[in-house]
Amino acid sequence: MSDILAIAEHRQGELRDVSLELITAGVELAEETGGDLHVAVISGDVDTYAEQLNREGVDTIHTVAYGEEFNHDVYTQSVTQLVDSIGASYVLGPNSVNGLDYLPAVATRFDVPLVTDVVGLETNEETLTATREMYGGKVETTVDVEGTPAVVTIRGAEWPVAEGAGSADVEAFDAEIDEDAIGSSVNGFEEVAGGDVDISEADLLVSVGRGIDEEENLELIEELADALDATMSSSRPIVDAGWLPANRQVGQSGKVVTPDVYIAIGISGAVQHVAGMKGSDTIVAINTDPNAPIMDIADYAIHDDLFDVVPALIEQFS
Amino acid sequence: MKVLVPVKEVVTVDDAFEIDGTAIDERYLSADLNEWDDYAIEEAVQLQEDGVVDEVVTVTIGDEDTEQTIRQALAKGADRAIRVWDDALEDVDLLDVGAKVAILEAVVGAEEPDLVLTGVQSGDDSFGATGVALAEAVGTQWAAVVNQLELENGADVASVHRELEGGLEELTDIDLPAVLSIQTGINEPRYASLRGIRMAQRKELDHQTLADLGVEGDAVAGELELTSMYEPESESDTTVFEGSADDTAAQLAELLREKGVAQ
Ligand SMILES: Cc1cc2nc3c(=O)[nH]c(=O)nc-3n(C[C@H](O)[C@H](O)[C@H](O)COP(=O)(O)OP(=O)(O)OC[C@H]3O[C@@H](n4cnc5c(N)ncnc54)[C@H](O)[C@@H]3O)c2cc1C
Repeated sequence: MSDILAIAEHRQGELRDVSLELITAGVELAEETGGDLHVAVISGDVDTYAEQLNREGVDTIHTVAYGEEFNHDVYTQSVTQLVDSIGASYVLGPNSVNGLDYLPAVATRFDVPLVTDVVGLETNEETLTATREMYGGKVETTVDVEGTPAVVTIRGAEWPVAEGAGSADVEAFDAEIDEDAIGSSVNGFEEVAGGDVDISEADLLVSVGRGIDEEENLELIEELADALDATMSSSRPIVDAGWLPANRQVGQSGKVVTPDVYIAIGISGAVQHVAGMKGSDTIVAINTDPNAPIMDIADYAIHDDLFDVVPALIEQFS
Repeated sequence: MKVLVPVKEVVTVDDAFEIDGTAIDERYLSADLNEWDDYAIEEAVQLQEDGVVDEVVTVTIGDEDTEQTIRQALAKGADRAIRVWDDALEDVDLLDVGAKVAILEAVVGAEEPDLVLTGVQSGDDSFGATGVALAEAVGTQWAAVVNQLELENGADVASVHRELEGGLEELTDIDLPAVLSIQTGINEPRYASLRGIRMAQRKELDHQTLADLGVEGDAVAGELELTSMYEPESESDTTVFEGSADDTAAQLAELLREKGVAQ
């Protein structure tokens, strides 16, 4: 009868989708263990969040009304106290930038196992089995997690968002926050500059990745974009290298795009990239590696060298 | 001020590969400096060049073969390196976050750095958690996914930008000492110069065992057990255009015209 504690995430007044995905994962796990599903929401307008989190299958929602935005010290302290008070066996959180800013600390504080970026979960009475990728998505693995409480972060968009109105008890949790132990302070937020082009407006995106190899080779992709009257976007390494401005980056930390057609050229399809383009109507991948993870979501693929295919494609439109 | 940079040698997998039990057959693997660590090294070396930091030390958990990668870090400007390896690590097939932290905690205890700069994640097992877990273990502050770092000479606070999702950055002050996990793009990692490479050969690279560090063998056994490895099933049924580049380009051109996105 292992109980589960799922921790919601919100930012700038909005509950993030992964919170409702966590509930789905939590409900599934609770069905397997026969335990209760507790959900916690910390900081901000917790009462409003609690209403939104009140979905089918949630037994209790714990609200911690302290502060406004995410602070990792507040979260670490609150979650540690909640786990102790509930006696939870499994702690579920988002594998987000903020999730990874406190859940590893929670695991260390309890000296318990941590498994991150999980895409599947299963449990029998004793062992929790987590599915996760390795080598940039080239393989999937299963790992058995021994010891409780175990801390698990789940990948976004792997579980559907929880639907259905719930009838959870909402309880204010009186976390004792030790303010002397808070050694970080959030002073504000900054939006990455917009710039000249909005790639999320384009119908056809020609997107280039590290397969392009050298900055001067980018001309080839520019030429293709011109020939097709398309907009050029890219994966992160191209922006990191300073070859294209930040507003061209597709992905978790860049833009989310949903064009009619997305052509991924020399892009492997890392999860953080896919997060930004999987909603495209049609996905085309040009990649020498037939096993690249991008192939899992491509509708059309060319398993060939971009330096052969792209010039031939330009030829088709000139 | 002293900076410790945990540096990992990661394995990269060939396009075509075979799985042997719960591992990829060694024939299809090559070794490389973890991409994120390259940025952490650069950040540390730049702080040293700016006069904010006096010494940059790297630590790597790895067998003797990893020394080539460690020398790369030294060639880029780190002052000396520690390599931790032990027979007890030989049989561990998945070194989990707890095991890495047990080792790094002992190294931090011995070196007492003011700042630890890790990479956000390693490209192979991608836990993305070692830095924050380490900070908690050694009782310092931390920040995950840092893409801008400002540190004044002798300051006891670091001002960082944390890269959140969707093009948003969080501006945060972190008390020192601290562990920061460094994101790609924070700087432009240098290539090692010929002089750097020559000098790296003479820099100290100290091998330590678990016993040297006072770490129990049990602590590195880990709490995660790898039970299977397989190629993921494809979720979409992909149409693969076959033939020469001219053939495939023609098929793609037809598709784009059909979809009405190109003329
Ligand atoms: C917190 C965080 C946030 C991130 N945010 C983002 C983000 O927003 N966007 C993003 O893109 N990434 C992001 N990343 C990085 C991501 O993990 C990957 O490192 C990145 O997406 C890889 O880019 P790539 O596919 O271009 O390069 P690689 O993974 O190196 O892939 C290059 C591909 O090119 C192919 N190739 C090579 N040569 C050729 C050729 N001649 N012809 C055809 N194909 C060729 C290769 O087979 C390979 O598949 C983030 C990572 C983290 C940790």
